Amino acid sequence: MHPTDFTLRGAIEALNEGLLTSVELTQAHLDAITALNPRLNAYVTVTAEQALAQAKASDARRAAGVAGPLEGVPLAIKDLFCTAGVRTTAGSRILDNFIPPYESTVSGNLLRDGAVFLGKVNLDEFAMGSSNTTSAFGPVENPWSRANDPDTRLVPGGSSGGSAAAVAARLALGATATDTGGSIRQPAAFCGIAGIKPTYGRCSRFGIVAFASSLDQAGPVARTVEDCAILLRSMAGFDPKDSTSADVPVPDFAAACARGVKGLRIGVPKEYRLEGTPPEIEALWEQGLAWLREQGAETVEISLPHTKYALPTYYIVAPAEASSNLARYDGVRFGRREKGADLKDLYERTRAAGFGAEVRRRIMIGTYVLSAGYYDAYYLKAQKIRALIKRDFDQAFANVDAIVTPATPSAAFGMDEKQDDPVTMYLNDVFTVTANLAGLPGLSVPSGLDAQGLPLGLQVIGRAFDEETVFAVGNAIEQAADFTALPRLRAGA
Amino acid sequence: MSFTIEGATGPWEIVCGLEVHAQVTSNAKLFSGAATAFGAAPNSQVSFVDAGFPGMLPVINRECVAQAVRTGLGLKAQINLWSRFDRKNYFYADLPQGYQISQYAHPIVGTGAIEIELADGSTKTIGITRLHLEQDAGKSLHDQHPTKSFIDLNRSGVALMEIVSEPDMRSPEEAGAYLTKLRQILRYLGTCDGNMDEGSMRADVNVSVRKAGEAYRTRCEVKNVNSIRFVMQAVEAEARRQIEVWESGGSVDQETRLFDTGRGVTRSMRSKEDAHDYRYFPDPDLPPLVLEAEWVEGLKATLPELPDARRARYVAMGLSPYDAHVLTLEKETAAYFETVAQGRDAKVAANWVTGDLFAAINRTKTSIAEPPVPAEHLGALLDLLANKTLSGTLAKTVFEAMIETGKSPGAIVQERGLRQVTDTGAIERMVDQVLEANADKVAEYRAGKEKLFGFFVGQVMKAMQGKGNPALVNEVVKKKLG
Repeated sequence: MHPTDFTLRGAIEALNEGLLTSVELTQAHLDAITALNPRLNAYVTVTAEQALAQAKASDARRAAGVAGPLEGVPLAIKDLFCTAGVRTTAGSRILDNFIPPYESTVSGNLLRDGAVFLGKVNLDEFAMGSSNTTSAFGPVENPWSRANDPDTRLVPGGSSGGSAAAVAARLALGATATDTGGSIRQPAAFCGIAGIKPTYGRCSRFGIVAFASSLDQAGPVARTVEDCAILLRSMAGFDPKDSTSADVPVPDFAAACARGVKGLRIGVPKEYRLEGTPPEIEALWEQGLAWLREQGAETVEISLPHTKYALPTYYIVAPAEASSNLARYDGVRFGRREKGADLKDLYERTRAAGFGAEVRRRIMIGTYVLSAGYYDAYYLKAQKIRALIKRDFDQAFANVDAIVTPATPSAAFGMDEKQDDPVTMYLNDVFTVTANLAGLPGLSVPSGLDAQGLPLGLQVIGRAFDEETVFAVGNAIEQAADFTALPRLRAGA
Repeated sequence: MSFTIEGATGPWEIVCGLEVHAQVTSNAKLFSGAATAFGAAPNSQVSFVDAGFPGMLPVINRECVAQAVRTGLGLKAQINLWSRFDRKNYFYADLPQGYQISQYAHPIVGTGAIEIELADGSTKTIGITRLHLEQDAGKSLHDQHPTKSFIDLNRSGVALMEIVSEPDMRSPEEAGAYLTKLRQILRYLGTCDGNMDEGSMRADVNVSVRKAGEAYRTRCEVKNVNSIRFVMQAVEAEARRQIEVWESGGSVDQETRLFDTGRGVTRSMRSKEDAHDYRYFPDPDLPPLVLEAEWVEGLKATLPELPDARRARYVAMGLSPYDAHVLTLEKETAAYFETVAQGRDAKVAANWVTGDLFAAINRTKTSIAEPPVPAEHLGALLDLLANKTLSGTLAKTVFEAMIETGKSPGAIVQERGLRQVTDTGAIERMVDQVLEANADKVAEYRAGKEKLFGFFVGQVMKAMQGKGNPALVNEVVKKKLG
């Protein structure tokens, strides 16, 4: 067995049993990166030397009998998490020379638990995108391809495209990611892996480059639901440096995976049956519900009446916050600076040269919806609808324990597809944005393949801070789906 | 007494309201742990939060919130248990985040009031509209280099209270009295040091003019005025400018102006058309600020005594309203007075503090914070007066010696033998000598020239080198002349 084929849990066990060392495991992943990254472009920065040093130190700790829960496990870090001494770009030209002197709380928690960082992975610029094509460091390629059309390069989804592609191609055992409107769940579904956006407030946002503060949430992607559970336990926890971080205990998520679904009530929202959804996805959804019933769950139709407003609401709230959050990239104190005749000229040249088209578009949308005279009609209205969407879920969860939906309205698409009209691209988030607007946990589980042999995912949404039930349901789907298909581009293949 | 400015078309009334920015006294900034001391080297008190670095998040400083609540309580204002922080978005080189975190829609403190005292002894109530917490920006330095601007972020993120008054002031004097009283209250509370020359307190002055009985006319805002004197000058200068505009047939445009302290005039900074669209919206990094009623009650219970209450107490102790006013102007003066008056005659203590001590402070160019004579020493001197060890004259001599030497009055009396003589026998012998030596004057006195009585007393005191107990000397002289 090739070392990169381990699941994260399998690797921990192998390390514990002395079957291999962290240095060996890390080196195998670095070799795989060397071999495949030139094609996939998943990593923006590979920190090979630092990774091997961390692995060596980890092996020494293990030998000394002080192994953390993630001791020696090589991971990829989305380049939105600030890493002390390692360049952090947010996928943007405006930060292409930025080396933070501080560590994000989430990546710091992983280091505390013994993890090894292989490097920083690609993403849509400032996490704005659903195809990882807006990155200033070039697009990421999905390691999967269509059976009857293997030459068309597919997108990995976004914004955490680098994280998902790296994990699917076995260039890391797991990765950090972030999700503002679907940026963990959609790429996970496109790349045939699992990914969870936890409850808003579960993971600290300190040290993560902000996109939309009220929606951003960090979470893991990994090849199994259980691996996600293991990673999330290390990533999560109250952080006094983030005022929106929740002071609640972090349960043993991995233990919850095996709980089973017997007696659980699973909600099936009727508003998620969208016209134009491919029949394969409809069928997979039905199949997923059938698997859960077979394992003792009850499925019930529910209504989330404000669902149709979710996408427009999201595309007001997120750009509004982003337009303000990105004001600090002005060329004055850090990052790229273009010379200007005066201060205003410096701002305009720096931001024009530093931001890509999608980021500029969202800054303009956000500035517009917050402007005097438009604020009430757009931003304030969106906040009211957001409250109604949240109320929809509150009412639904009075009656059900979890909600199951498709993760995406399609499988991965070609790099040249859907690029002409931004709204077509925005529709990718139709099933995922609601969980962000309501602050709820959402898990994407690889559940089947379409006719082209591309992975499809199902989404499990849970009550706030009830990731345990989400993991139990996700694990049940994963077991029943027995998803063993592999991408064409992968280490060891 | 109403104040008006006489124009060509008759008298005009001034309408004035103030927005005061008061720096919160606290060790750390509003949303970061960086220090706030004045006068530190540029950019030496800046955290990554203050510099707006990627991924940095604000965390509210509890002490700054407590200071705002204390101030609200001191202004007899409504404390809002639910308030919220908004972002005020604009680009400037000394605003690292590209927005200022402020409380736009939901301030922590609502309506309150301040009572001001005017020179004619009258008082007036000025309404407080609101008080909110916000971050200060950094400082741009344009005079350090011919082509470059320098940025100092030490102030970036420092907590400010913006205290907004109602447009209740009608004269420069009232504006000055308001600012004086507000500063006095803040200093008593310890929530702002009120040092305007260090920028801890600055005022935006809103001024309009109108004819008697009219509704408000358009106002202008004079930004960032940094002394009480300049505020009074700015009110008058701006009012006169507006009267001229109205009377020459024009109309006043709503705009932001600056006060040119050198020329004593205001000039336009930006018009309403150029006004920023600040795109206020709730800061998503900060949940609403929710206070517990018990916590506010706790702050209220430990609030120090405020100037108005203290003045009333002094009057009740027997002081004149004027002395009570003077003694409470500065917190340090009141504290000094209270030490001196502790267990002693309050009126005597007040006389010495407002008389001899203030004179000595002026003469020696010291201050009440670093007085020429410690309050304990002055108290001891009053004890020596009370127990008749010293006469009033002797006490003045001892007081001067205390200033010169820094020694206690007891030590000075001991060293110089200045103890007053109360031995009746000694006084009688001295009186006899004086009357004997001035037999002619005694005859005149007895013939009816009674005003010579003071002469005899003076001669006796002189002969006794001032140490004779004045009451006893008087008594004995009277008896002997009898």
